[in-house]
Amino acid sequence: MSENKLSPAELARYSRHIIIPEFGREGQEKLKNARVLVIGSGGLGSPLLLYLAAAGVGHLGIVDFDVVDDSNLQRQVLFTVDNVGESKAQTAKKRLLALNPHINITVHETMFTKDNALDIIKDYDVVADGTDNFPTRYLVNDACVLTGKTNVYASIYRFEGQVSVFNYPLENGERGPNYRDLFPAPPPPGLVPSCAEGGVLGVLPGIIGSMQASEVIKVITGVGEPLAGRLFLFDAASFTTRVLKVAKNPETNITELINYEQFCGIFPDKKENTVKEITVQELESMVNLKEDFQLIDVREPYEYDIANLEGELIPLAQVATSTSKIAKDKKVIVHCRSGKRSADAIRELEQLGFDNLYNLKGGILAYAKEIDTSMPTY
Amino acid sequence: MHSIIKKMAQIIIPTPLRKFTNNESTFDTKGTTVKEAIADLANTHSGLAKHLLDEQNNIRSFIRIYVGDEDINSLQKDATAIADNTVVSIIPAIAGGSQ
Repeated sequence: MSENKLSPAELARYSRHIIIPEFGREGQEKLKNARVLVIGSGGLGSPLLLYLAAAGVGHLGIVDFDVVDDSNLQRQVLFTVDNVGESKAQTAKKRLLALNPHINITVHETMFTKDNALDIIKDYDVVADGTDNFPTRYLVNDACVLTGKTNVYASIYRFEGQVSVFNYPLENGERGPNYRDLFPAPPPPGLVPSCAEGGVLGVLPGIIGSMQASEVIKVITGVGEPLAGRLFLFDAASFTTRVLKVAKNPETNITELINYEQFCGIFPDKKENTVKEITVQELESMVNLKEDFQLIDVREPYEYDIANLEGELIPLAQVATSTSKIAKDKKVIVHCRSGKRSADAIRELEQLGFDNLYNLKGGILAYAKEIDTSMPTY
Repeated sequence: MHSIIKKMAQIIIPTPLRKFTNNESTFDTKGTTVKEAIADLANTHSGLAKHLLDEQNNIRSFIRIYVGDEDINSLQKDATAIADNTVVSIIPAIAGGSQ
């Protein structure tokens, strides 16, 4: 690590840090000389990057291949209406340099994959995981373990957030617990929906991402006691917090990066996982020809209220116990918002003996886009 | 004045599993071990069973069970005793953050 001293302008800028006795000029210089990789510049990444930039972390890396969408603005406070359609990573860089011109930013406008993970991570001291899916969570964890980097972890769902510091160097020379010590295996696909499907309170990533930023700063400066070997839980709905102990699992053994999609049970190309599909155009034609079929909507009631195709509402969690409501003697078309949950419902029902089920490709979103453009989308 | 009221052990249900508990966030149980408490929960909310327990009735590996702030794997696993007023937490993996 090259030692760069603080300039007079920086000393003035960071004075509120420097006058904290246990932080001081030394802590601020450690921040200036640190390289932090933030993976994902969305909900968690927004507050995380804003606070790390403001705090004076000398070099920030941003991994994101996505573009800003209208529906991001409810929580991704890095971006504005003017940025919709633009690269998140590039927009973030511009915004952060406007906030603090004393720092450097490297943009990695790419998906984080097993093929590039180690190469990207090797140039950084600390990694902050703000991704949104299980395969990438495990990949980030394993890459951090293999390269000996601390992984400052946070994740969110609806009203709940989790924070921990994984793979932290301990005094005895060993590393603290990592994500696999806590969760050796991911949940099956569909059990824990993503925020895109399950929703998230907009302010929650602001709270949890700020805590993540605080842990990154503690890890770099050595101030305080990082959340290593502990898992912090926050439930905004009940305003309860818990801190649980996380121990190392002797069975955890990470030796190489693997196929994380497969590890998480996602088999995009496997035939046995595919279901029969129909397009929204075919559905429209069946309606016009007055064909006899049943339409089932497996979304939640509050989604149904936003927009619906007048299908019978059976939320995904109740499908297996509602088989008596589902016809066996005619074509049954199952739909959700985008086609993912309805495919899960069909797989579940096919195991129970149904063979007359068709997934509406692209869900109600496709219908709104291609058939009825006046239909609200969400 | 607070009297000493004996409360049953309570299981805290995490958000992703509340769709199987009619949105209930807690569950009171008379179970005296973690195994009994989880079985009690799974019997009451049948949709939950397959997400908590595998075919051999063992707790699934993507879920951690805590008694107080201790992982039951550091205690007596699912034989860990629970008493009145004990808080049992089910901690699922969640992955949201970016989208």
